[in-house]
Amino acid sequence: MKPSYYQSSDLKKFKNISDWSPDLGKKFFDYYNSVFEEGALSAREKSLIALAVAHTVQCPYCIDAYTQDGLERGVDKEEMMEALHVAGAIRGGASLVHGVQMMDVYEKRSM
Amino acid sequence: MATKSLKGRVHQLAESTRQLDFLKNGIFAPGGLLPTFEEKIKQSQSLPLRPKTLEILQMNLGYMCNQVCAHCHVDAGPDRKEMMSRKTLEKCLQILEKSPVSTLDLTGGAPEMHPDFRWFVAEASKIGVADFIVRSNLTILRANKKYYDLPDFFKAHRIHVVSSLPFYKKEKTDRQRGEGVFSQSVKALQMLNKVGYGMPGSGLQLDLVYNPSGAFLPANQQALENDFKKALKQDFDIDFNQLFTITNLPISRFLEYLIASENYEEYMQRLVDAFNPEAIANVMCTNTLSISWDGFLYDCDFNQMLDLKVVSPVQHLDDFDLDQLQNREICISQHCYGCTAGAGSSCQGAVV
Ligand code: SF4
Ligand code: SF4
Repeated sequence: MKPSYYQSSDLKKFKNISDWSPDLGKKFFDYYNSVFEEGALSAREKSLIALAVAHTVQCPYCIDAYTQDGLERGVDKEEMMEALHVAGAIRGGASLVHGVQMMDVYEKRSM
Repeated sequence: MATKSLKGRVHQLAESTRQLDFLKNGIFAPGGLLPTFEEKIKQSQSLPLRPKTLEILQMNLGYMCNQVCAHCHVDAGPDRKEMMSRKTLEKCLQILEKSPVSTLDLTGGAPEMHPDFRWFVAEASKIGVADFIVRSNLTILRANKKYYDLPDFFKAHRIHVVSSLPFYKKEKTDRQRGEGVFSQSVKALQMLNKVGYGMPGSGLQLDLVYNPSGAFLPANQQALENDFKKALKQDFDIDFNQLFTITNLPISRFLEYLIASENYEEYMQRLVDAFNPEAIANVMCTNTLSISWDGFLYDCDFNQMLDLKVVSPVQHLDDFDLDQLQNREICISQHCYGCTAGAGSSCQGAVV
């Protein structure tokens, strides 16, 4: 076994997922590449969204890839960190908003 | 950030042979992790690499500079004293008169620091080339009172000004080029705008050069140009014409940085992965000749810094013979991967 579940060198092997299912792999990568093209949102904006989502799903490959992608696109560290705070706020908010449920149950069951 | 050149620090990478050793061994050694540039372009049937029509004469007036940028491929700085002699400048004028080049490109160091700079510009502009470029680092326009009138001087000779600005914000710019460089560059750009440079309809061309401030490649040139234009206009009311994205080549101080920050192998891998066979047809050595301060001839400014002279019986201005020179093979090594990554890179920006 490899010394760790995650190897940074594995990022480059991402395309190998097509080996065992070429049709689906192709569909996925075509879709993936189309998603990140300039559109109603700029490729730069999409890169920042990807960075935030990467932290939400805590994927080390995506964090590596989209930090570098952001650097290339001229995204600076303040912008990157703000994007992460958006992820953090939604994540934290998603927990906290369930507090309403907790409060409802608490109140309902209490005298 | 270092305040002296590699040469001034007596660093081993000040020697071009050490840089070349580095580029030839390790990951690029026979049987190594990565293919050499020669092997790579052989696959795309581009070997040997030969020049096409000569269009650009790039003269390096000397390695003295008021800045000591961390990524500098020239290893320029205030401590560098190499300068083109008057005799060599005169020789360049003679060659310019006889050759069919459409672009004259003055670079350095900071070419404006050369004591004969103004004389040479005046003489060369009399000969008349379609595009007369001066590569200005911007801060030189603010470095001393004697340079304050340079924007007017450029204008009088219809110079095409190409200036480096690694980013449209302070932090990244100053980390690469030195504390205070960004604010001085902004002032210099405003001075250039004031005399008409970069302004719509003026015919005075002001282009900016973007180099990544670290171990990564430049993104799409057009997208970055849009971001630069928007930010510089909004924040400082600055106008300019085009943005050229240039990839940092793994030589000189950028190589020093790559090694010291342990980015060398990954950066080279990135360049190799991003190899674009389409870019090879348009690399700048195919239409450029580079002349060093001491009159030697090179395929490009990068080869000049690696002391890879043209592979030709004609290696010096004293023996200049264009027909013979055009017959040569271009001298390549692994640094060339910087010119062929992604959309390619040259002194005129992306090439595909
Ligand atoms: S990059 Fe340009 S401005 Fe900076 S030290 Fe080198 S020659 Fe001077
Ligand atoms: S580094 Fe010089 S010789 Fe090599 S590809 Fe680039 S321009 Fe040509």
